[in-house]
Amino acid sequence: MERYTLKNLVAMLRSRDISSHEILEMYIQRISEHDSSFNSYITLSQDVALEKSIQADRLIESGDPLPLTGIPYAGKDIFCTQGIKTTCGSKMLENFIPPYDATVISNLNNQGAILMGKTNMDEFAMGSSNETSYFGPVHNPWDLARSPGGSSGGSAVAVAAGLAPIALGTDTGGSIRQPAAFTGITGLKPTYGRCSRYGMVAFASSLDQAGILALTAEDTAILLESLAGFDPMDSTSVETDVPKYSELLNVSIKGKTVGIPKEFFDEGLDAESEQVFLDAIKVYESLGVQFKDISLPHLGLSVPTYYVVAPAECSSNLARYDGIRFGYRHDEIDDLDDFYLTNRQIGFGAEVKRRIITGTYVLSAGYYDAYYLKAQKVRQLISQDFKKAFQDIDAVMGPTTQTPAFKIGEKIDDPVTMYMNDIYTIAANLAGLPAISHPCGFVQNLPFGLQIIAPHFAETELLNLTHLFQQETDWHQKQPPDLNEA
Amino acid sequence: MEWEVVIGLEIHAQLACKSKIFSGSSTNFGIEQNTQASLIDLGYPGVLPVLNQEAVVMAIKFGLAVNAQIAERSIFARKNYFYPDLPKGYQISQYELPIVFNGSLEIQTQNGLQKRIGITRAHLEEDAGKSIHDKFEQETAIDLNRAGIPLLEIVSEPEMSSPKEATAYMHKIHQIVKYLGICDGNMQEGSFRCDANVSLRPKATSKLGTRTEIKNLNSFKFVEKAITYEIARQEELLNEGKEITQETRLYDSDTDETRTMRTKEEENDYRYFPDPDLLPLEIDKSTIEQIRSQLPELFEAKVQRYVRDYGIKENDAVKIADTIELARYFEKVTAVFNSDNKLVANWILTELLFVLNRDGLSIDQLGVSPESFARLLQRITDGTISGKIAKDVFDSMVHEKKEVDVIIQSRGLEQISDVSEIESIIVEVLETFPDQLQEYLDGKEKILGFFVGQVMQRTQGLANPSVVNKILKEKIKNK
Repeated sequence: MERYTLKNLVAMLRSRDISSHEILEMYIQRISEHDSSFNSYITLSQDVALEKSIQADRLIESGDPLPLTGIPYAGKDIFCTQGIKTTCGSKMLENFIPPYDATVISNLNNQGAILMGKTNMDEFAMGSSNETSYFGPVHNPWDLARSPGGSSGGSAVAVAAGLAPIALGTDTGGSIRQPAAFTGITGLKPTYGRCSRYGMVAFASSLDQAGILALTAEDTAILLESLAGFDPMDSTSVETDVPKYSELLNVSIKGKTVGIPKEFFDEGLDAESEQVFLDAIKVYESLGVQFKDISLPHLGLSVPTYYVVAPAECSSNLARYDGIRFGYRHDEIDDLDDFYLTNRQIGFGAEVKRRIITGTYVLSAGYYDAYYLKAQKVRQLISQDFKKAFQDIDAVMGPTTQTPAFKIGEKIDDPVTMYMNDIYTIAANLAGLPAISHPCGFVQNLPFGLQIIAPHFAETELLNLTHLFQQETDWHQKQPPDLNEA
Repeated sequence: MEWEVVIGLEIHAQLACKSKIFSGSSTNFGIEQNTQASLIDLGYPGVLPVLNQEAVVMAIKFGLAVNAQIAERSIFARKNYFYPDLPKGYQISQYELPIVFNGSLEIQTQNGLQKRIGITRAHLEEDAGKSIHDKFEQETAIDLNRAGIPLLEIVSEPEMSSPKEATAYMHKIHQIVKYLGICDGNMQEGSFRCDANVSLRPKATSKLGTRTEIKNLNSFKFVEKAITYEIARQEELLNEGKEITQETRLYDSDTDETRTMRTKEEENDYRYFPDPDLLPLEIDKSTIEQIRSQLPELFEAKVQRYVRDYGIKENDAVKIADTIELARYFEKVTAVFNSDNKLVANWILTELLFVLNRDGLSIDQLGVSPESFARLLQRITDGTISGKIAKDVFDSMVHEKKEVDVIIQSRGLEQISDVSEIESIIVEVLETFPDQLQEYLDGKEKILGFFVGQVMQRTQGLANPSVVNKILKEKIKNK
């Protein structure tokens, strides 16, 4: 079974080697045959999608297609999609059908792309293993006993397993990059404010950012051109031009300076993983990149900082799920308090409740200064660390994760160990910086990811570096073994 | 012990914006339930607030009008609590850094002195929806038309020391927001409402006593009565040596008393924190100056101008300028009729206000345009009708919605100023009452009024009084 890149599909459509309708049928066929092993989709929108593919084919026929006309994609089930169920991986929204499209969904639709289905995810994006989903865990195509990471695990697996050419995810603390690393694909978290958050079910508003899971940097660049941009409906989106990312991929990176923070190489990173990363660095060196050891002194505080800020925001963001206007509503209740308690007790899973309680605690009178305020101060310090570092370097590199994909069930009962999973990725969210993870080798026959973090709005830099790396290596082309036989 | 009363007010003024503070929904009042609630007002998953700049401009106008500081950077915060008519589970408000702070205004105290009352802050926030408990049996209905309506919460310093001062302050704020056109001031519809904080302390001490907060007072009368009741209640407790419980109380206008709503222990921990969906609100100096240059003329300036340019008494100017509606009416009348400003002022303050009070009308409901009113006064000064007849004509204008000249003509109310006509009537009167004439000639000059009255009676009051007086004196002199 062959995985098609977005770029390939566009070329095939333009040369009429295949129709959009045929592409859609192919993916729907693949999903129905294989997704039972992965559980990467929650909802398929096949009828609407097939309908749209027929219109797309007419548009291609007419010779005036849009950049993404006829291209299918998968969307994480956190993006509101008009008329299509949006569960956010939760029982709370099990039957929620939004009356509107998220801006990023509209952006892709407006360029001709076709939403094929909604992918599985950790409940309300809270999790790093996809095990907190109400709809069951997602299985890693490299080893079905393993987690694909999370929270955008469904999107990552759909792309890695050839069940979608490209997918949208969201990244609050590493939710695109870690699953991308665990499944051997490329995952980009753009700068905070680069893509609209309107219509994206909020987890932690100051950290959430929509992004892309793809097979290559090139595909990522093509999609980002349509995805990104200012949205008057999102006050935190930034009014700045969207570059033609796909035309800036081959710029020479000779003479670029990249910093490697010593804080990334602590006891959590095993020797084999470190070696894979160091080998990848050599590829960059061969392309003329210069490396420099740097220090980001407050990096070690990013996990505890994150686990104050994110739950605080989530405790407030999730207050709207009370069962009054939408969402899970229990029939037999005694009074108003009982109504709230029962709806939320049954509607939310354990991890979501844990974070709501943590967040409520850190915002409470008497604890606010010690937790929330202090975390905000540390967040500032982390931002400043990067700001200072970027005076001398163009980007920061390190491993995306400490280990490759872990086994399902291995960490779910130990939240703190689970939280440590995002130790390398969280800082970029706290500082609002763009970051990418791309495949850079294998550890114990499992894909391993390399992360690059760049200054605000320097997505071009990330895509340029990754693309040239992918021209030199074929890690990103490695398919999960079963796929080759399927 | 003698107690000193300390009162502070929190006034909620609904800003007269066309759309809600964080969504594009309309703000019309009295529309069918839940028809002015967008997905944003409903707090749907994924929606985000976008600040209405009109509300910001209005808040700045208020700040400038009370000589306050305008924050170059203010922050929107979330006030978290669960309630069915609060769709998001939090209210977007301003907490630590409000848009307006450190202002003040002057009120007049009972003994006629000016007193400065500090305005701690004024901040922007959204209103919640409305819970309707009496429409469905055993069920509560929610109307979210009001959710997201822009409010300006104006917080005073605890510097008022009597119910009268509190209402004077509230009146002043009401006057300012209406002058600025940022609030319609309609208290029945809840556009202007107030919470009062009341505490007592031993006279001549400085430490504040334990306060209670009386919620949601929606008329000047209720503010005065609720505070009066609360002072008496607290005084009684303190005199008995008991302690005041810090709590929120409700005023029941039917029984004219306040009662406990919730105590401090039952208060929510609102878990305020900066709303990550909204950037800090930054206002530069040039914006403030631009808004300042567009501020309308306010009360004090109007009074001065009326005295200076219109030549009316300060007392009258104060009364006319008391409400912007009356002031506008006055200015429109004098724009058309400028030969006697004092007459205009008198007529507005007596006849016009009398009719408004009697019929319970607002000036917009009166149905007599300033232009029509000006023509009425014109007819007095040009001698067509007397002032007395004019009062009846005005009444007819209000009730029959007819123009002054139409009424005068159709009823033949035109004043008789024709000398020969009046002369013949006077001759008749003098002949009818020879005894009275003799009394007058004997020096009882007061009796002149009797003859005037007789003439008026015979002309149904239409004779021009000054002409009557003049001719009467001539005729008697010739006797």
